[in-house]
Amino acid sequence: MAAAESYPDGLQYHSEHDWARIEGDEATLGITWFAQDALGELVHYEPPEEGAEISKGTTYGEVESVKAVSDVIAPLSGVILEVNAKVVDEPETVNEDPYGEGWLVRIRLGDASEADDLMDAAAYKSFVAEQ
Amino acid sequence: MQTLLRTPLYERHVSLGARMVPFAGWEMPVQYEGVIPEHRAVREDCGVFDVSHMGEIEVEGPHASDLLQSLLSNDVDKLEIGEAQYTLLTNEQGGIVDDLIVYRLEGGRYLLIVNASNRDADYDWIRERERPGSDVRNVSDRYALLAVQGPRSLERLGIDDAPAFTFAMGEIDGIEVMINRTGYTGEKGVELMVMNEDAGALWDAVLERGATPAGLGARDTLRLEVCYPLHGNDIGPETDAISAGLGWVCALETDFTGAEELRRIKADGPARKLVAFVMQDPGIPRQGMAIAEGGEVTSGSHSPMLDKGIGMGYVATEHADPGATLTIDVRGRERRAEIVKKPIYKKEGA
Repeated sequence: MAAAESYPDGLQYHSEHDWARIEGDEATLGITWFAQDALGELVHYEPPEEGAEISKGTTYGEVESVKAVSDVIAPLSGVILEVNAKVVDEPETVNEDPYGEGWLVRIRLGDASEADDLMDAAAYKSFVAEQ
Repeated sequence: MQTLLRTPLYERHVSLGARMVPFAGWEMPVQYEGVIPEHRAVREDCGVFDVSHMGEIEVEGPHASDLLQSLLSNDVDKLEIGEAQYTLLTNEQGGIVDDLIVYRLEGGRYLLIVNASNRDADYDWIRERERPGSDVRNVSDRYALLAVQGPRSLERLGIDDAPAFTFAMGEIDGIEVMINRTGYTGEKGVELMVMNEDAGALWDAVLERGATPAGLGARDTLRLEVCYPLHGNDIGPETDAISAGLGWVCALETDFTGAEELRRIKADGPARKLVAFVMQDPGIPRQGMAIAEGGEVTSGSHSPMLDKGIGMGYVATEHADPGATLTIDVRGRERRAEIVKKPIYKKEGA
């Protein structure tokens, strides 16, 4: 079952519909409810390699539904520590739980100050409302 | 700016929460609940598609059958009244102007149900070749068409079974319909042709009987799993019927447009063939992706039944045998696929 629309507090959001949960010098990244809803049920996740460097605002993976493929944009720069293997096996996990089980990668942050220009939940909600 | 056309069921799609997209000049539902549940509903139970965007052309007159025999690849003379036939409208090169189903309504009266994107081109093509004693009419704007497909479709509609590629007039919940034993999903089912003004009532009745509304997204994955070609993707004016694997709908002993060229291709053997494949590596093939062994993907998607990427494409005949490996360029990544015998998906026990 697809999750109900939500944009949790405590996450930081990028305008390309990605979220980041920052914990110390690491962060967990994923796509927002809005992004998964626009795509429909995901059937493929093309993850980055562990150890790869990703940089803010550029593509680090792809998610794909039956009808469409979408680049996943990094909200922050860093090095990939872990890819969510559950999403590789069962991409629909992202639809079911986009902020929990459906996370995409964990990274070691490259530049913590990059988080300053991400949106909080309230700002992202109003951003989405304008889409 | 061109305005998109809408079928008589447009408001019903919107009120069901469908995602509407432009398709062949029409604003059509691509999905309601989701492509995968809709696909499964058709494979396991019963789904209903609004395919009213498809075109209907009537050809009537003492020379109607001669005209059609000269333009269509299959043998029209084999049709009895009440029978239908899958066939191709071909050009001089043996290319496919359109693929369609011809229905023999009366002795000298035929109905052609054609692809939405080609309905005007088909009509013009046939009109230009019209001859005295045959009258060609584009009646597309009068009719709506609902495809009700799936193993439980007849039971849900309360109608008896009948042989594939036959049709009869009938009634569903008091609505007069032409019941065609045809479809584009590989499942048992019917296509119901109805006057535009009755389309809403028929749609409501079919939903009331438990059919799941299904959109163009599921229609595409269903037809691809059973390797039905899509005109504009897998076949077109530049691709010939023999290379496309549609020799079985070409009565090469008859004299239709392009028959001579098709006989030559068949005798020489086609240089390339339309093959079906299943991805062995992760990734979903998409139309236009290059195949390293030559050619490109003409249709590609995710198979909900196999839970793998699947597709079709033209490859050189020497690489076209089932079991052979293809290498597909999935956005810069080399991914392996295996050519399989058509259809890609076969029902268990079937």
